[in-house]
Amino acid sequence: MKKILLGLFAAVTAVLMVLGFQLAASAPAEMMQGDEYRIIFYHVPSAMVAFLFFAISMAGSIGYLAFRERNPARALAWDGWAVAGAEVGVVFCTVVLITGPLWGYRAWGIWWAWDARLTTTLLLWLIYVSYLLLRRFAAGPQMRTSSAVLGIFGGIAVPIVYISNRIPGQHPGPVFGGDRGSGMDPVILRPFLWNILAWLFWGILVLILRHQLELKQQAAAAREAEQALNA
Amino acid sequence: MTSALWTHLFKDLRIEWRSREAINSMLFFALLVVVLFSLAFDPRGAFSRDIAGGVLCVATMFASVSALNQAWAREIRHQVLDAQRMAPTPGSQMFLAKVLANFLFVSIVQLILAPVFLVFYNLHILGNAWLLALVLPLGTWALVANGTFFAALSINSRNRELLLPLILFPIFMPALLAMVNSTTAIFTGEFDPAIWVKLLAAYDIIYTTVSLMLFDTILHAE
Repeated sequence: MKKILLGLFAAVTAVLMVLGFQLAASAPAEMMQGDEYRIIFYHVPSAMVAFLFFAISMAGSIGYLAFRERNPARALAWDGWAVAGAEVGVVFCTVVLITGPLWGYRAWGIWWAWDARLTTTLLLWLIYVSYLLLRRFAAGPQMRTSSAVLGIFGGIAVPIVYISNRIPGQHPGPVFGGDRGSGMDPVILRPFLWNILAWLFWGILVLILRHQLELKQQAAAAREAEQALNA
Repeated sequence: MTSALWTHLFKDLRIEWRSREAINSMLFFALLVVVLFSLAFDPRGAFSRDIAGGVLCVATMFASVSALNQAWAREIRHQVLDAQRMAPTPGSQMFLAKVLANFLFVSIVQLILAPVFLVFYNLHILGNAWLLALVLPLGTWALVANGTFFAALSINSRNRELLLPLILFPIFMPALLAMVNSTTAIFTGEFDPAIWVKLLAAYDIIYTTVSLMLFDTILHAE
């Protein structure tokens, strides 16, 4: 049953990705930037998905610490969400950090600006890479607890990032719910929203697969430990 | 503030008073960083004011890692940490005592380093110099509180001396940014450091609270 649902979800994702790509390619060119603005259909949705997944990772870390003593099996499932969220989040954040300078070079004439929003996105990426490093380095049973604590520390940085979004700089201010003059024309907004949905579905699909893989690895490790005890 | 905290604090201070390991190594390391930067960038005039804040913060940061790595290593020998796990006092007291002790050590290093720094970089402070008395302790607290916490977190891992800077620096970077921006604002007098000082204070409050809450979890991670 689970596999059928996942297959169905994958099929919907594939349809959405094709639709999103077609809409992104057929949307009219923008007045100021011409065709180059189309990277917004990948840059912004990736950023949204990355932030969402970092939040999921933090939730997983909190859940692991909460259930660690009462319900070890459930705690392990939460830990799976923590590692899946961090890993897939880092991948999406990498996409943001690659597409950003490409767009910036064409639109601003510079690859990178050390303004608040770019800097803090890079910081988040560094924090979660360090989280993944800790998971590699820290051996033994306390690894999950240590990394859950670091995950919470990293998650706390997200609101700091959000606040610094509102400090003015090189990067454009909030497009939605910002000052006067913010917002998008409907002919661009529609493909933009479809692309957000498509990338969100794609991200969730990868996240679920990564979580299942982590559960399988945990089960394999537990089996190995049991065999070693019985041998 | 209870007797357990004072006991831990006085013990750490007494050990440092007898050996002076942490302060001496930090002092020499920070001095090396300051000299290396002044050789690399040839600071003169207005340019020295622009980079001085950053050099001071980064020198403190690199130097304190060497001391923070040693902060818990002392407790591992002879299973002292296991004994402290069984002690009927909350681990947060021990943590707070370690943070206070290391905060004192790093502050002493900064105080000794300050005149050297002013000479090497030919500094004339153009902003409110007294604000440094607020910014530097706030930044040092951010560094030492997180550093002590992460040193305890990485104590059971392989290559813990390598791991500490790898996990500490990314988390510390928002505070470093605020610290560098406010010290640069004070040195150059070109912009108002208020927003960065507030950010630094907020960072200190948030991360110290979380560290105190989660320290027992780290200490008793089996």
